[in-house]
Amino acid sequence: MTSSAAPSTAGSSPDEPLLRRLMRATEIDTRMLGMIGALLLIWVGFHVYTILSTGEGLFITPRNLSNLLVQTSSVAVMATGMVLIIVMRHIDLSVGSILGFVSTIIGVTQVYFLPKYLGLDSPFIWIITMIMGLAIGAAIGAFQGSLVAYLGIPAFIVTLGGQLFWRGAAWWVTTGATIAPLDARFSLMGGGPYGSIGATASWALGLLACVGVILSLYMSRRRRAKFNFPQRPMWAEITLAAIGCLVALGVTWVVNAYPWPERVAARYAEEHNIPVPEGGLFISTGYAIPVLIALVVGAAMTFLATRTRFGRYVYAIGGNPEAAELAGINTRRITVYVFALMGALAAISACISSARLNSATNVLGQFDELYVIAAAVIGGTSLAGGVGTIYGALIGALVIQSLQSGMVLLGFDSAFQQMVVGVVLVGAVGIDTFYRRRTAKG
Amino acid sequence: MAGNGATPLVELKDISIAFGGIKAVDHASVDLYPGEVVGLLGHNGAGKSTLIKVLSGAYKRDGGVIRINGEEVTINNPRDAKHYGIETIYQTLALADNVDAASNLYLGREILTSWGTLDDSAMEAQARQVMGRLNPNFRRFKDPVKSLSGGQRQSVAIARAIHFNARILIMDEPTAALGPQETAQVGELIKQLKAEGIGIFLISHDIHDVFDLADRVAVMKNGQVVGIGKVENMTKDEVLGMIILGKCPPGATPGPGAMAS
Repeated sequence: MTSSAAPSTAGSSPDEPLLRRLMRATEIDTRMLGMIGALLLIWVGFHVYTILSTGEGLFITPRNLSNLLVQTSSVAVMATGMVLIIVMRHIDLSVGSILGFVSTIIGVTQVYFLPKYLGLDSPFIWIITMIMGLAIGAAIGAFQGSLVAYLGIPAFIVTLGGQLFWRGAAWWVTTGATIAPLDARFSLMGGGPYGSIGATASWALGLLACVGVILSLYMSRRRRAKFNFPQRPMWAEITLAAIGCLVALGVTWVVNAYPWPERVAARYAEEHNIPVPEGGLFISTGYAIPVLIALVVGAAMTFLATRTRFGRYVYAIGGNPEAAELAGINTRRITVYVFALMGALAAISACISSARLNSATNVLGQFDELYVIAAAVIGGTSLAGGVGTIYGALIGALVIQSLQSGMVLLGFDSAFQQMVVGVVLVGAVGIDTFYRRRTAKG
Repeated sequence: MAGNGATPLVELKDISIAFGGIKAVDHASVDLYPGEVVGLLGHNGAGKSTLIKVLSGAYKRDGGVIRINGEEVTINNPRDAKHYGIETIYQTLALADNVDAASNLYLGREILTSWGTLDDSAMEAQARQVMGRLNPNFRRFKDPVKSLSGGQRQSVAIARAIHFNARILIMDEPTAALGPQETAQVGELIKQLKAEGIGIFLISHDIHDVFDLADRVAVMKNGQVVGIGKVENMTKDEVLGMIILGKCPPGATPGPGAMAS
């Protein structure tokens, strides 16, 4: 999983291998590199496999990668919250059921209630139902969190009960029926040709991300200079900035290279009186809205985890709950907040998932909790508490979704799909544990 | 210093606390004056740490009164205690092992930027200053404290207690993890803090340490105070007799735990 387990040698020597010197100067986490390596390995593996079996590479294509991002977003959003839960030495097994329950409530409100009062096509329906969903998700999380924090019931039990309860509640709300179609504006949150922002806006966002990367590197350098702390060498800063910009622009290029489906584009052309050129009309999809939601959530959660008091307390409590309490931190309140946050994130995922299907059912999000936990753990979150990163969980979610999409693409039996994901989860954590033990010794 | 008539900085009166049916602390009374070091001695399980955790807010007492500067106060949690300038160095150090020295130093009292975010650089700069005074060889500001040596971890815990203008300092076995040189450093530090008028409770089961540093000693046995007295009025053997037998010597004021003679 990791490229090189570099022993920590002090001082730099000119004959140190280039890669190792680069790693140390840029302070890039070797673990993260390992994870990205694994991800690329999975991608290349599936791509080669499809070339061998069908004569055409199907995996590393703009179409597949764009879809992969959309499919990952729901689990990715929840995985960012699960990181904080696990860092605090808890677990949340109820997120899939909260997702299901919230989506049915949103569905019922959109289809049966609000149109009666606001009319079928009211522009307020999507925002009202989304805010309501977020509030319900946060309330459920806060309630479960208080049971954990104030009554001392283990989170495993509380959320296992929650898993059953909210899944049953979802069934009760829908009486088993599928609720469709959802509000047209709300459905944009699920992506698709209309739920994406197109080429121009995507390039603008990509450039904005580049500016953000450079600015944050510059700010951190200036802050460290103010206190005369040691700095990274300039060439390392430039390398980091270049990598960041390359990734942002690369992803933008990929999503822009994926065109609208031919028929959708043709219909759009007809409606807008655009002449269709020979070979079909090429309209870039660009970033899908669910992907943007996941990216924004990821950025916000990273900020919360690393730059705020709340995040610092979450990690401190995970490292030593007793010490945090003695330091005067209100650990119970923080526990409630973390579970409430998790509930709200599950509600965001409920919006994404139901919008993508343009319907709500009581089985939506079933087993999602397991994929969410797996994503966080593959992303380096330690079940012993205190350790875990948001970006790790995002990459972890991408790893799991890549495996699943790849196997679907290859037409694997669904029996095998689950077996493979199970093996990868245990294998990834096993390799990681082994690696950590070795670096701890060295 | 421990002049009669003056108001004590801290007065713990008739403190009792029980866990289940066991009386861990049974009507214990101790006081502390500004610029004074009071040593708390006793066997493991004699109740010294428990008594002191009542003062630091870690435990809630079942009975008794706490007075600070003569005024009765309510201490229900560690936040309350810190509010009254009571800082504690715990035997377990109570560090969050997974974060770095600066984060531990400021845990619960973080420096924020004008945006309300953590100002890690400012905290690190402050931490470098404090640690430079306590332990000039300390260099590892970026590592989680888990990877530090026992002495380094201890200096982080001490730095945290003295950095925030403590008036009352509780040191629970402060030299347990230290080598001889570092122990001497802590001794110097205690003298320096004393000179600044800070009152210190020093808990130890090393009687030599206590004799070197304390002005008075209080001895506990089975949750009760055996006796309190000035160090110069007692010999080490007499104090050992208090610890082991519960026998209060003539140089000390007997408490409820003193053996009937």
